[in-house]
Amino acid sequence: MENRLKGYVHSLETLGAVDGPGLRFVVFLQGCPLRCKFCHNPDTWRFEGGEEYTVKELVQKILRYRTYISSGGVTISGGEPLRQAEFVLALTRALHEEGLHVAIDTSGIYNEGTALEAAMEADLILLDIKSFDRDKAEKLTGFTTDHAWALLEARQKENKPVWIRHVMVPGITLIDKDPSGKALTSEEEWRSANQELIGGMRRMNDYSCIERIDLLPFHKMGEYKYEELHFPYELKDTNEPSEEVIEWAENALKEIRADQA
Amino acid sequence: MFVPGKWSEDICVRDFINKNYTPYDGDESFLAGPTQATTDLWNQILELRKKEKENGGVLDIDEHTISTITSHAPGYIDKDKEKIVGLQTDAPLKRAIMPFGGIRMVRSSLDAYAREMDPEVERVFQYRKTHNDGVFDAYTPEMQRARHCGILTGLPDAYGRGRIIGDYRRIPLYGTAFLIAQKRKAKDQILPDVMDVETIQQREEISEQVKSLYELTKMAQSYGFDISRAARNFTEAVQWLYFGYLGVVKEQNGAAMSLGRVSTFLDIYAEEELKNGTMTESEIQEVVDHFIMKLRIVRFLRTPAYDELFSGDPTWITESIGGIGLDGRHMVTKMSYRFLHTLENIGSAPEPNMTILWSPNLPENFKKYCAKISINTSSIQYESDELMREKFGDDYAIACCVSAMRVGKQMQFFGARANLAKALLYSINGGRDEKSGDQVGPVRNPITSEYLDYDEVMARFDETCAWLSKLYINTLNVIHYMHDKYCYERLEMALHDEKIDRTMACGLSGLSVIADSLSAIKYAKVKPIRNELGLAVDFEITGDYPQYGNDNPKVDRIAAEVVRKFMKHLSKHKCYRNARPTQSILTITSNVVYGKKTGSTPDGRKAGEPFAPGANPMHGRDRSGAVASMRSVANLQYDYSEDGISYTFSILPSTLGKTEEEQKTNLYNLLDGYFNDGGHHINVNVILRKTLLDAMDHPEKYPQLTIRVSGYAVNFTTLTHEQQLEVVRRTVHSKM
Repeated sequence: MENRLKGYVHSLETLGAVDGPGLRFVVFLQGCPLRCKFCHNPDTWRFEGGEEYTVKELVQKILRYRTYISSGGVTISGGEPLRQAEFVLALTRALHEEGLHVAIDTSGIYNEGTALEAAMEADLILLDIKSFDRDKAEKLTGFTTDHAWALLEARQKENKPVWIRHVMVPGITLIDKDPSGKALTSEEEWRSANQELIGGMRRMNDYSCIERIDLLPFHKMGEYKYEELHFPYELKDTNEPSEEVIEWAENALKEIRADQA
Repeated sequence: MFVPGKWSEDICVRDFINKNYTPYDGDESFLAGPTQATTDLWNQILELRKKEKENGGVLDIDEHTISTITSHAPGYIDKDKEKIVGLQTDAPLKRAIMPFGGIRMVRSSLDAYAREMDPEVERVFQYRKTHNDGVFDAYTPEMQRARHCGILTGLPDAYGRGRIIGDYRRIPLYGTAFLIAQKRKAKDQILPDVMDVETIQQREEISEQVKSLYELTKMAQSYGFDISRAARNFTEAVQWLYFGYLGVVKEQNGAAMSLGRVSTFLDIYAEEELKNGTMTESEIQEVVDHFIMKLRIVRFLRTPAYDELFSGDPTWITESIGGIGLDGRHMVTKMSYRFLHTLENIGSAPEPNMTILWSPNLPENFKKYCAKISINTSSIQYESDELMREKFGDDYAIACCVSAMRVGKQMQFFGARANLAKALLYSINGGRDEKSGDQVGPVRNPITSEYLDYDEVMARFDETCAWLSKLYINTLNVIHYMHDKYCYERLEMALHDEKIDRTMACGLSGLSVIADSLSAIKYAKVKPIRNELGLAVDFEITGDYPQYGNDNPKVDRIAAEVVRKFMKHLSKHKCYRNARPTQSILTITSNVVYGKKTGSTPDGRKAGEPFAPGANPMHGRDRSGAVASMRSVANLQYDYSEDGISYTFSILPSTLGKTEEEQKTNLYNLLDGYFNDGGHHINVNVILRKTLLDAMDHPEKYPQLTIRVSGYAVNFTTLTHEQQLEVVRRTVHSKM
């Protein structure tokens, strides 16, 4: 059966060092139902297309890199990888047979049946929480974050590790200006304006399965892709966050995490 | 005090090291920061370097004195503060003239910096012939054509050939008196029945070597030191060793003047001081810092045309660090750390060209420290000790960028490189140059089919390589005969055994262009666009084809095959002094110049566009991530490219990991992976693109910004604008 099972791959990255622990081979699968306004890979959205691979073909390809990734592993990303749940499950199992560590980078949008099975099979879930405000998330991505929390609960129940990723988008998930558009500049100002972010980070402390939280500053390096695809880029006027506010957020996170321990 | 052995009777530095060195497994916490004197001296040098830059790249020239080992009075930066003394001339950064490689080069250099030839010097060379004169007296018209059109290029026929490493450790270990006595003894033993050319040459050379050792002793004396005896402590050991090197760079302006493998040797003396309580760590580091400082200010007078080819004023004072001994012990010592630590104490710098002889079996702490230095300075390179130890033992060093040789026992005849991308065009155009239309190669009918046929092109390419390899070796034979005759490296060879292994170090440029071109011809459809003379001046490609740098065996096999075949061709020819031909895949910075001289190629590269450096994939064509790119390079066989395979890798710090600890670990795992795969060399740049762009606009803000280019490092701000752009354009691996 596995031989007939096909995965649709958007691209492969042989040097991943920021998507899970150690050096990793990263598989980007094609297709995603979310429409995150800050997405830097809109070219992975379409459900159609992608290069066809069987599990065996992909595993063989990955094993070429074994010497590099033996202390890291493989990350299955996308798109939304769990849209191809059956393939991801089979691939994860095959990689486990080879003794490789597998991480799945997901929004949690698919968290039932085979998708859940695959998500639970992975050694690590990289879980994107798009916003700590349910409604904002819906505006930002087209979906609420209920599914993400559900997947987190499932991992927590079995005490399986999760890394949280949260993109800091100025004006949406990271407030760095007051309503009149004036830049906030002090720590107090940032703190009072970002209670939602702080609350979200606090909430993470309830989950012992969370090993790490990465705050990812919004960047516009994917903008050109929107132009190429003729997709509207709604965050054209959004600035990348300043180094100071990023540092503040990182420090706030550190403090909150210290409370947990 | 030292464990005696074979080295006590005969010259055998390796034996001395093996019996006396102390491997170090600890981390960098023992290291000492710069002393006040170090910082003061370095600031003075920075000030001088600033002036040098403002002055168009040359601070001062002594155009009156032909440089020899003893030509100049002692020079100092700040005498009271210098723990290690000695300059090439009587003042720091003042350049000397060294005309024996070629008086023409001196003339045009002086001209470029608005100086006049001294009539006295001019007069000497009315009677004295140079290497350059000799070569052109013997060149055939075909050699001149090949050189002119750039199918053979960068040949050391107008300047010193370099790439010879004197075993400078012999001076502190034995003193010059013993070395002279040994040389005399060796000469006495060369008394054959027949005085043939080889014997005459050898006897004359040894006499020259002895003279050079006397001169060296005299030069050291002028600084107040007696190097005729062995060094008695650490500071003397460094000073003696440096005098040896200094003597060489006063006499030879070879393209690459490498140092060898001195750090672990010197550590033996430093350990002795520590054991006896006669020096502190800070005092030891100070001596090292001052020594490295001296190496950083070695200068040669060169022409702007030369700089275009080898930009950034490089001297390739390569120092090889680390590696594993034949007995299985690693050769990392505290001194390995101290040498690298100079990059922290006195900032990053391209020289000396610190080269880590990497093995997965190096101690973990050291690997992490190297990774840290790479991440912070982008100043060091890595080469596979696993591959080289097998061929060269455990006392080899790197000359220039990637050329391994056993120290004091082996040398090479530097042969620059053949432009194989051009050779491919000759195969299509019936031996005519695609730029000038001149008939350079042997006359053949050009390929006239509408679409290029892989088998036909390959057959022609093979014939072209057969012709080219023969011409190439013959040309090098002329060059090296003349260099030995008119510009012999007396002192470097005085620090060698008498029985020398020689290699004829050929090189190949344009590898990724050829691999992709042949792949395009095989897997896509390539239609030549011909001009009115019938020369293919452009190519139309229909369809996709596998590109080198993506770990795709279809094209990687072609690349490996091109390397293997060219080596086979080179091996067929007889070399001067029975040298054994080898080749490298290395372009220095000249990939820009070679590109300029080469027409459009069947891979889609347009006329004039740069080649990729060394064995790198073409810019932007390695789209599967850095590891795939590394695998393509590692797939090239070192056995057929024993003089080295250069690969330059640039990455953003953030792509390498989030925390500093992760970045370090990921980098050394990456290196382990590459070298486990059979990779030979890698340059590692960990750098932000915006830093480079800012440095182009505001060079004054980045006086020490160093980046690695194929096989060496340069100060980024000294590159030409064109080369800076090329470096910026080059793939910086950064998946978002």
